Amino acid sequence: MTADRSGVKPEQEYIAHLEAGRFMLLRSRASGRCMFYPRVAEPGTGATDLEWVEASGHGTVYSTTAVQQKPPKESYNVALIDLAEGPRMMSRVEGVPAGKVEIGMKVKARITRENDRPIVVFDPDW
Amino acid sequence: MNGFPRGKAAIVGSATYGMGEAPGLSSMDIAVNASIGALEQAGMTPADVDALYICLPDNMLSGLGFAEYLGLRPKITENNRTGGSAFLTHLASACLALDAGLCDVALIAYGSNQRSAAGKLVSAAAPDPWEGPYKPRLPVSAYALAAARHMHEYGTTPEQLAEVAVSARQWANLNPDAFMQGDLSVDDVLSARRVSTPLGVRDCCLVTDGGAAVVLTRADRAKDHAAKPAYVLGAAAATTHQNISQMPDLTVTAAADSGPRAMAQAGVKPSDIDVVELYDAFTINPILFMEDLGFCPKGEGGRFFEGGRTAPGGEIPVNTNGGGLSCVHPGMYGLFTVVEAVAQVTGAAGVRQVPGAKLALAHGNGGFLSSQVTAVIGAGETL
Repeated sequence: MTADRSGVKPEQEYIAHLEAGRFMLLRSRASGRCMFYPRVAEPGTGATDLEWVEASGHGTVYSTTAVQQKPPKESYNVALIDLAEGPRMMSRVEGVPAGKVEIGMKVKARITRENDRPIVVFDPDW
Repeated sequence: MNGFPRGKAAIVGSATYGMGEAPGLSSMDIAVNASIGALEQAGMTPADVDALYICLPDNMLSGLGFAEYLGLRPKITENNRTGGSAFLTHLASACLALDAGLCDVALIAYGSNQRSAAGKLVSAAAPDPWEGPYKPRLPVSAYALAAARHMHEYGTTPEQLAEVAVSARQWANLNPDAFMQGDLSVDDVLSARRVSTPLGVRDCCLVTDGGAAVVLTRADRAKDHAAKPAYVLGAAAATTHQNISQMPDLTVTAAADSGPRAMAQAGVKPSDIDVVELYDAFTINPILFMEDLGFCPKGEGGRFFEGGRTAPGGEIPVNTNGGGLSCVHPGMYGLFTVVEAVAQVTGAAGVRQVPGAKLALAHGNGGFLSSQVTAVIGAGETL
């Protein structure tokens, strides 16, 4: 019999939460640290005492790039967002032109759908 | 702890093949052509090889395929892939295996026909569910994010990024094997089409064919095979992440770890190094690596490339073959840094020879600034 570790199915449960309108992060009970992306053990410690907690949705742009496309297609944004809970994720900032997204900008998470799958994107948190 | 067998392994053959374009040949064909060249230089045949280190872009089992192709019966077959740094990883392992007496002759080989076959970079990485939905144009967007952060924290400018490409081109203009030649100015780099801001097309490495190979043996046999062997004085690796979103700090690479360890093994410091061969997939790379390897303080990398300091005639020559930006970049550039380091310390670099170069640093990068491997390679006088 396999040992009962966290029992977490990271990608599957993360998406199920998004489908239900919740942006959730995994957190180790011992360290109190959140991780992104979700995994079956905490990086560094290997701790499997994991629980899902809801993200505040607040974040800050850590870095940003505008990916250029052949005109007339417009460039689009790809950004790394530092979540208020600590971890960093790739996403994009919408609602401003791709090239106007700035490092240090405060942003707020929103769940949207793309290719029949829920994903988290961010809007400026003016 | 410093268990590296300093100077115990020597490179006695090194060659490239199909630099730029090699239409009609497979990646394996190109790797074999380079290997035959390196073995000929060492006065050896395939039958002498008893340790094989190889990584091809399109064959996960290329260690087996290469052995079959050339009729090798290696005792050691290593296919480790850490991205473009793989071959410096191989170099470190080969030195240990030779010193331990597990093998006598190690061949490190690479070839890629990505320009002729695909016309674009061939990725060996699986699609990522966490980054994929946001469509970063990889690898360039990952490096663009690092560049943007470096510019934000340290005031690094697009002009300084451009200086890296200009320096590389000036070296390429001295290298008949370099794929891109001709004038390139800072303005040319800045006015080139943007790909993923702040990086434009001239901030990005080439997409070429090409292969490289080096042959190593123990130092006590080296003089039988090469008039001027090049000795591996140190080689160290470090890995921090795979995906760019998981890089602990976009402005600090694991070269800050691999570099000092490799130089400690070799017993040298940055100011001792005569030539620096860096994995310049993008113009931000050499800036980060010069900082992390200790050639300048953190944040000063952009300024370091100003004023032609790294160009021909400059005080610290960087990427003397023209680099991945102007010489060759078949997808995994790492082994070319070793080949050029060997050429420089053995005095075989032709018109681009750095006078009196005895000590070279070769640095490989894999993934998205993910894997960093540093080697220190010296002429006989440095033993």
